[in-house]
Amino acid sequence: MTELRHRGTTENDIQQQQSEDKGSENEGKAEKDGASDSEAKPDKGLPEGPASADDTPEVLNKALSGLSSRWKNWWVRGILTLAMILFFFIIIYLGPMVLMMIVLCVQIKCFQEIIHIGYSVYHSYHLPWFRTLSWYFLLCVNYFFYGETVTDYFSNLVQREEPLRILSKYHRLISFALYLTGFCMFVLSLVKKHYRLQFYMFGWTHVTLLIVVTQSHLIIHNLFEGMIWFIVPISCVICNDIMAYMFGFFFGRTPLIKLSPKKTWEGFIGGFFSTVVFGILLSYVMSGYSFFVCPVEFNSDRNSFEVDCEPSDLFQLQDYALPTALQSLTGWPTVRLYPFQIHSIALSAFASLMGPFGGFFASGFKRAFKIKDFANTIPGHGGIMDRFDCQYLMATFVNVYIASFIRGPNPAKVVQQLLALRLDQQLHIFNSLKTHLTERGLLEEAA
Amino acid sequence: MTELRRRGGGDGDPDSLSETISDKEADGEDRLGVPGEPGTEGDSESKAGTPDAPPSTTDNTPQFLNKAVEGLNPRWKNWWIRGVLSLAMISAFFMMIYLGPIMLILVVMSIQIKCFQEIIDIGYRVYHSYELPWFRTLCWYFLICVNYFFYGETLAEYFGALVQREEPLQFLVRYHRFISFALYLAGFCMFVLSLVKKHYRLQFYMFAWTHVTLLIVVTQSHLVIQNLFEGMIWFLVPVSIVICNDIMAYLFGFFFGRTPLIKLSPKKTWEGFIGGFFGTLVFGFILAYLLAQFQYFVCPVEYDSESNRFTVQCEPSDIFVMHEYTLPFAVQNIIRWETVTLYPYQIHSVALSTFGSLIGPFGGFFASGFKRAFKIKDFADTIPGHGGIMDRFDCQYLMATFTHVYIASFIRGPNPYKVLQQLLVLQPEQQLSIFKTLRDRLQEKGMLPSTM
Repeated sequence: MTELRHRGTTENDIQQQQSEDKGSENEGKAEKDGASDSEAKPDKGLPEGPASADDTPEVLNKALSGLSSRWKNWWVRGILTLAMILFFFIIIYLGPMVLMMIVLCVQIKCFQEIIHIGYSVYHSYHLPWFRTLSWYFLLCVNYFFYGETVTDYFSNLVQREEPLRILSKYHRLISFALYLTGFCMFVLSLVKKHYRLQFYMFGWTHVTLLIVVTQSHLIIHNLFEGMIWFIVPISCVICNDIMAYMFGFFFGRTPLIKLSPKKTWEGFIGGFFSTVVFGILLSYVMSGYSFFVCPVEFNSDRNSFEVDCEPSDLFQLQDYALPTALQSLTGWPTVRLYPFQIHSIALSAFASLMGPFGGFFASGFKRAFKIKDFANTIPGHGGIMDRFDCQYLMATFVNVYIASFIRGPNPAKVVQQLLALRLDQQLHIFNSLKTHLTERGLLEEAA
Repeated sequence: MTELRRRGGGDGDPDSLSETISDKEADGEDRLGVPGEPGTEGDSESKAGTPDAPPSTTDNTPQFLNKAVEGLNPRWKNWWIRGVLSLAMISAFFMMIYLGPIMLILVVMSIQIKCFQEIIDIGYRVYHSYELPWFRTLCWYFLICVNYFFYGETLAEYFGALVQREEPLQFLVRYHRFISFALYLAGFCMFVLSLVKKHYRLQFYMFAWTHVTLLIVVTQSHLVIQNLFEGMIWFLVPVSIVICNDIMAYLFGFFFGRTPLIKLSPKKTWEGFIGGFFGTLVFGFILAYLLAQFQYFVCPVEYDSESNRFTVQCEPSDIFVMHEYTLPFAVQNIIRWETVTLYPYQIHSVALSTFGSLIGPFGGFFASGFKRAFKIKDFADTIPGHGGIMDRFDCQYLMATFTHVYIASFIRGPNPYKVLQQLLVLQPEQQLSIFKTLRDRLQEKGMLPSTM
């Protein structure tokens, strides 16, 4: 988000930023590194100038050649923003499977960007083992998480196939063994003069895994609850970004935080209210379709994902009596809402209030390591991480929210666990359940 | 473990000087955010008091020990102090076992807090970040948050009956994840708000350092406690195996050591490694036999909500009941016994010993590498002659996780109380259908009369 503002400003600011960067970079240059920018990746070859349109495709360059530099930037960003939003709609249309693949790709790209920054910071290109080990750890952790997800959601498929059943039964042991192999390789790869570097990269890799990989798996868990739990949070964060920018652009006056000098209180508050409104509207629109609302299930007969169900209570219109104050304002005694819209207010509030902290964290990180962008993947916007920095906390929040307020345990999983118990334990549970059901009147006494 | 050898050998580390040259580059990075810093290399800090100096010998030893070993030459003095402290630690261990599970849990928690403090202290020294006062508060706050999260999950499982009784506890349990997440978020926001202009990099380093430490230290200690709840034997045998491997490898290395094992720890030898492996196997086997006989060790720890105490009383499960195994032919010819009666647990102990001897040392190498990377001799000076708590526990890192994964994969089924909890939260139609499935299943197995 800060990147948006940096590029939107005049060239003076850009040059000032550069000279600031150069000044502090001189401090940071160790004996080994050459004269170029420490962040310059040899393969990308990015010059250290106002990186306005270097990565932009030719077609855009030609179309905008007439405009001044500032507006050119604005247009490039605008077009890319629309392109990304369009892309988002397309993948939603294509369904859950494609969404999962996209999440996986985004995760891998984010991981790569952050690890690359680590390499640049620590000049550790000449430790070849380390690239292998970082990717190996990524694979291990993904194997662990995907294995747990697959066991939960694809239980029929897993029970049918013998090798899958064994993999699933000893899943934790296998994952742990894989991780241990990586750990031992790390210990064996410690080279005499580079201990500290190697430990830094080890720590860096693990923190990155903690942030990026766990978040992406929580996103996939949310997705399985129903695509609406994926789309609404992400849209809220994107909307908050855009709205805060707009409000800041037109009305911005009071700075918000020293860390991001271009953010303003007006942008923050305006973004908050408009995101809440947007969230309510979006959830109203989406709650009507079972494509979005139903949990994603894997149909083992047809070997495909389906989203077909009876929408739960959350997604049925209900009447709510308005408090008298509002009644006198609007003249309606009751209002018909989906309960989900009320939950969406909580989600929007979180996205507007906490989401920016994720952005500040990323800004602080970029300033700490004196980089402008995480990478240069998206012209005008920077890397994938730049776009996803505010999403960090959102996925975890949605997952915790669902677990606390919405979802009960998965019945299939409970049955599985039940049947795995010893017989005397099963009998004990049977009796407790019978008492419970009889109390509730669901079973006749005579049974 | 390496520390053992260094002090026994009595020389300093000749490699330490050459390391400083190439790690200087990394040091240069450390000092970036703090412009006013004096240029010296020293890691010495007034508060921690551990200078980067040749090995200190008896600075922290109590007076009476000093007097007792006054007459001997320094090498034997060291040996004696280490020996006395080793015996003291082992006695403390026995005493805690005698005092019971609740005591063990408290001790595990204290050790966890001390290890966390030692590692964070090292981070402060490395990054000279004493002048960021917020950071101490934040580190301890994160420790409390993560502990709250883990202990809350454990308590909900094991203290189910108690939780059901008290209303505020029920509320805390139901929204536990949400509350933990909110607490963590508050810490995260405090961190972001505390970022100070010239110290960004330092602060991010300390943030990452804290999180990696939490990942290593706190998760391990909670796995230790979960193992403990399975039965005290699952806590005692792994810990004893690692300690025994340490001691055996040292003894074998001392008497027979010739071939170096790994460049990272030059005093370790292949003879010590292999001797330690076999010695630990035998020890684990015998220890498992001894402990498997007592209910006190073998039964899962349960909380009795009427008497408000922990009880260890149960019908020992199958693995703690003697079975007869027929020996394979090759072994039969040698020993001339056809069958042997063993506890199945002893066979599991072989797996635990193998892991402890083969992979446990890697935890020690990791800690050695860490100490060399940051040019410290010991994690701290808590135990005279041995160093800090972390020095004693470095080989235990992976053992606790392995034991936990082992139990989950091969031994333990799901927790019946937890399953019942989940059942009671489901929708009534789902409960009914599960009820019917269960009833049919139990009738098939003959546990229920068919007329039901």
